Amino acid sequence: MYVESSKGKMRRLWGFHGGLHLPDNKRQSLQTDVTSATMPALLILPLRQHIGEAAIPLVKPGDRVLKGEKIADNTAPVCAPIHAPTSGIIRGIKEYPIPHPSGMNGPAIVLEVDGKEEWTDLPAPIKDFQNVDKSLLLQRVREAGIVGLGGATFPAAIKLKPGKAIKTLIINGAECEPFITCDDRLMQDAPDRVLNGVRILQHILGAEECLIGIEDNKPDAISILRSHLTDDDPIEIVRIPTLYPSGGEKQLIQILTGREVPSGGFPAQLGVICHNVATAAAIADAVLEGRPLISRLVTLTGEGLANPCNMEVPLGITAADLIEQAGGYTGKSSQLIMGGPMMGFNLSTDQVPVTKGSNCLLVPSEEEVPTAGPALACIRCGRCAEVCPVNLLPQQMYWYSRARELEKVQDYNLFDCIECGCCSHVCPSHIPLVHYFRFAKTESWAKEKEQKTADHAKKRHDFRVARLERLDAERKARLRKKKEDIGKKKPVKPAAKGEDAKKAAIEAAMKRAAAKKAARQSPPKNTDNLTPAQQKQVDAVDKHRAETTADQE
Amino acid sequence: MQFQTFSSPHTDRSSSVDKVMLQVILALLPGVLAMTWYFGPGVLINIVIATLSAVAFEALVLKLRKRPVMPTLHDLSAVVTAILFAIAVPPLLPWWLTVIGMAFAIIMVKQLYGGLGYNPFNPAMAAYVLLLISWPIPMTSWLPPAVLSTNPLDFMQIVSAIFTSSPPTGLEWDAITMATPLDGMRTNLDQGQMISEIFQSPVWGDFGGLGWEWVGNWFLMGGLWLIYKRTITWHIPLAFFAGLTGLAMITFLFDPESYPFALFHVFSGGAILGAFFIATDPVTACTTKKGQLIYGVAIGMLVYIIRTWGGYPDAVAFAVLLLNMAAPTIDYYTQPQVFGHGDNHG
Repeated sequence: MYVESSKGKMRRLWGFHGGLHLPDNKRQSLQTDVTSATMPALLILPLRQHIGEAAIPLVKPGDRVLKGEKIADNTAPVCAPIHAPTSGIIRGIKEYPIPHPSGMNGPAIVLEVDGKEEWTDLPAPIKDFQNVDKSLLLQRVREAGIVGLGGATFPAAIKLKPGKAIKTLIINGAECEPFITCDDRLMQDAPDRVLNGVRILQHILGAEECLIGIEDNKPDAISILRSHLTDDDPIEIVRIPTLYPSGGEKQLIQILTGREVPSGGFPAQLGVICHNVATAAAIADAVLEGRPLISRLVTLTGEGLANPCNMEVPLGITAADLIEQAGGYTGKSSQLIMGGPMMGFNLSTDQVPVTKGSNCLLVPSEEEVPTAGPALACIRCGRCAEVCPVNLLPQQMYWYSRARELEKVQDYNLFDCIECGCCSHVCPSHIPLVHYFRFAKTESWAKEKEQKTADHAKKRHDFRVARLERLDAERKARLRKKKEDIGKKKPVKPAAKGEDAKKAAIEAAMKRAAAKKAARQSPPKNTDNLTPAQQKQVDAVDKHRAETTADQE
Repeated sequence: MQFQTFSSPHTDRSSSVDKVMLQVILALLPGVLAMTWYFGPGVLINIVIATLSAVAFEALVLKLRKRPVMPTLHDLSAVVTAILFAIAVPPLLPWWLTVIGMAFAIIMVKQLYGGLGYNPFNPAMAAYVLLLISWPIPMTSWLPPAVLSTNPLDFMQIVSAIFTSSPPTGLEWDAITMATPLDGMRTNLDQGQMISEIFQSPVWGDFGGLGWEWVGNWFLMGGLWLIYKRTITWHIPLAFFAGLTGLAMITFLFDPESYPFALFHVFSGGAILGAFFIATDPVTACTTKKGQLIYGVAIGMLVYIIRTWGGYPDAVAFAVLLLNMAAPTIDYYTQPQVFGHGDNHG
């Protein structure tokens, strides 16, 4: 399929396997203009709002901080600093409910807002970004605490040092999740911020082409962005068909370039880097104005909310405060979802704060998101495989996940699953397939970690056995020698023989140990090279194993 | 405020097993009505007996297995099995054979393996084969289509034939039954007749047996509707017909006087019913798309081979059961290439 991109060029689009046409439910939150949330009395700022190491507080209770001041950071390579969204007093660093599917608590800085909105001294704007050292720009992006705002929350600066030549910069404006409209609003209301960010990104990466992919259910965003392009911008705005999950990074790359990110690999291996439109806008703010990431656009929607809308909200505001500002609950609210319906997760309490990765709070009615009924037996209809964007066989994976045959599930490429939810959505037996796959993943990680520990223990054990055998052989050799010394008058065997026996025994013991070691050489594991987020998930699972009630059957 | 939590995705899951089964039942309706039109109310009586006994046996076993009864009966899978069985057997089949068939299908073939989703064999076809081998005479005693009937039976005569297992008073079985077109074709060919001679007989329509071809047509309509509704995909039916007509065309070209043309095979016996409603049973068929093509072609070819050179006039049930056995292996060797595993990176 070919579409005309903004440069008047015809651009070929590729399809991905499967996918779903979902009711997009975007209209509800697009009825009103974007407003700014009023500052609440307290802000809760979790120390981990990104993939990677948690930030370490740079402040202590009682400190007064200014708006935009850095309050937490970490020297670890994968981390993003956190800034005060407004001026106020630090009231503590405590465990707080954080936005996480497990409903767990995490350390957070509690900031009491003083209402003065007093700014700290921001770094000087870099207006002439094309003529400064790129390391300065990278430093600026890192120091501004910018992470992938599409939901992945990977520190943006790291993705700007790919270590490989980048040909294509892809900007993700697909926003394929139903209900969410914050990227759409951003593109319509702040096209220059988005485009400036894109220009900075393209400059840093040195990418020769830049494609902004937007689903065709957002015609206004497409035309507004196009009208703000200058003639010499090498940026193309590409209208892609609306099909969930076209906004998945790998899927968008496939749509726009026809190429597949290798399993277990990264887009940079294809010479492609993908960033979200909101990330681009945040980078423009950081570079052109010196402003760190302290607020973001959030979609508040669902029939459970009085006034669905998009709001520019300070990071750290709780869902409860936001929902109150959106007119409060209507009484139809049955669930509270952070993110979209397909990949978002339920919150058990509205005391959870908005973090950098929160793009949507969905308060659906029972009609919009009915409570799932009981799961029936799989009838092997194969609809799951038909809609899987990764071309997996979910029904086979389910079969083995249920039986806890983790190696079999991995043979069916469990770790390529992007957890988009398409399979669960179409399953006529209402089996929570994605849930099973998440369970199988965490179980696999846990098992491999266990295996690692066991391997280590075995190694030590084998070494000990070899050592004892050696000592034993030495002792016997000594004994024999003594006997020989005692009976010296008798014709003696050559002393070298004892020496030989000792050597032979040692060699045999070492050979046995080596053979055992070789037998245990196993292929690379899924727990090697875990991203810190996955590692964290593994740790969380270890910790809450008793509560992991994934398989209740 | 506190909320309940569920696993993502959080969507309105509109499809359900009972809807799928209901669609299959609806799609069978035109064919069933056509059968009733041509072969009398015995078809409907068989469906009622089969459905009642299937549901009863399912409930019984679920109770013995201490499983919830109502939710499982609600999935309508037992009803689908019953209907498929009832329309595959002759319209005057003695009632107790239908009950035995359903007992075997539901208890042995379905529930003993673990119930819906776990049975390796198609229950309706397994029951059909059991009866065909054990009671070949009643299982092959078909009525002639109404248009050809010399002794049309009234409703009470049919009821009494089914429930007393004997022909209506004053009539012999031979007087009221007739060979099916496939059987007739076979017998005539065995007697050394040429196909052009055989087709002189008034029992033939345009593509197959008079009446029979229309029943096939209506099942075809239902099957196409199922594809349109995406309850089934085109892969298995199309592959089935490809396998069947492929072989038929080769032999027809080789000797058109001994081997009937391809469309005859499509519109005779259980081919259309089998292609759209039996081979596509998801539980027992292949699930990969490539596998489904192999599965369909193999069934089609086996149907032709057994019909032409085997010991039975029709072969859909045998072919389906044989391929049921092969399905897991075919699935294993036809896994699709997963995203990012090919060489589409450069």
